[in-house]
Amino acid sequence: MSDINIVDAPPGIEGSGFFATSLDKVIGLARSHSLWPLPFATSCCGIEFMATMGSHYDFGRFGSERLSFSPRQADLLMVMGTIAKKMSPVLKQVYLQMAEPRWVMAVGACASSGGIFDTYSVLQGIDEIIPVDVYVPGCPPRPEAILDGFGKIQELVKNESGRRRHSDQYKQMLASYGIE
Amino acid sequence: MAEVNNSSVIQLLADRFGAKVNGVSEPYGLLTVETTKDVITDVLRFLKETEGAAFSFLTDITAVHYPETNHIAVVYHLHNMVSKLRIRVKVFIHEHTPSIPTATVLWNGANWMERETYDFFGVKFEGHPNLKRILNMDELNVHPMLKQYPLEDPNRVDKKDEYFGR
Repeated sequence: MSDINIVDAPPGIEGSGFFATSLDKVIGLARSHSLWPLPFATSCCGIEFMATMGSHYDFGRFGSERLSFSPRQADLLMVMGTIAKKMSPVLKQVYLQMAEPRWVMAVGACASSGGIFDTYSVLQGIDEIIPVDVYVPGCPPRPEAILDGFGKIQELVKNESGRRRHSDQYKQMLASYGIE
Repeated sequence: MAEVNNSSVIQLLADRFGAKVNGVSEPYGLLTVETTKDVITDVLRFLKETEGAAFSFLTDITAVHYPETNHIAVVYHLHNMVSKLRIRVKVFIHEHTPSIPTATVLWNGANWMERETYDFFGVKFEGHPNLKRILNMDELNVHPMLKQYPLEDPNRVDKKDEYFGR
């Protein structure tokens, strides 16, 4: 039998029969270990993601066993692969269909910057059309790199303020992408 | 039936079209001829339907842009599957008036090939039933394989020359 690890409680005040901490931290803790990713896989980075989901790397360890192939139940959009300009409205619509709070991870050189496809037909990074939280470099990135990027997402989720998505700054950021 | 080879096809074309089919060459053994857009449909129909040519299969339609001479060459590749013979037919048209009769009257398969050639080179195939973009996004306002347009996306910011020692 291997040791079973459970996450540590967030910092708080503990006493006999009670534990007090902030609501944000509790919600962040719960959310960060039950992120449902939506794999938007178009090419070789998607193959690496399949390896990441497999038993050897076991993405399910982090609470992401359940992939969501519907954007409506997804928390995390993982864009893995080249996005042609013709596909960019599709990607944007997928993002718009996701409910808040939502996070986006650009996996690989193509999703992050267009990669080697510096050409008229390829989107030069998905951040031209949707906001991105974490970029994973590599061409394609190893599964370890994808897991590392996912860890970065988890840190963002854990430490996000409950007010962030209602802030003017966030709304302005979305508006800069033409998203209401 | 007489053997079909490059020289017999050249003779057939010369008998039927005379000087309207010219520029005959055989680079790497591939028979290549040039003609004009006035007779291109006749030439293709002749090559397809005449016994002794019988190029029944349309392999590809594409184009080449020659900005030095202001020309676009529309290139047809035909294949005679029985005699294992291929032919390449080129038509030079002016880049400012790029139009040519459609080949969809001969091969239904020409439909998508001509849409692709229109998409990338702006060649207008007269009589095509549905001449619109097929691969690029509809909002693209240029025909990107014409050489006056840059291949690279102008939004790219991480490929400055200084990063590459240029």
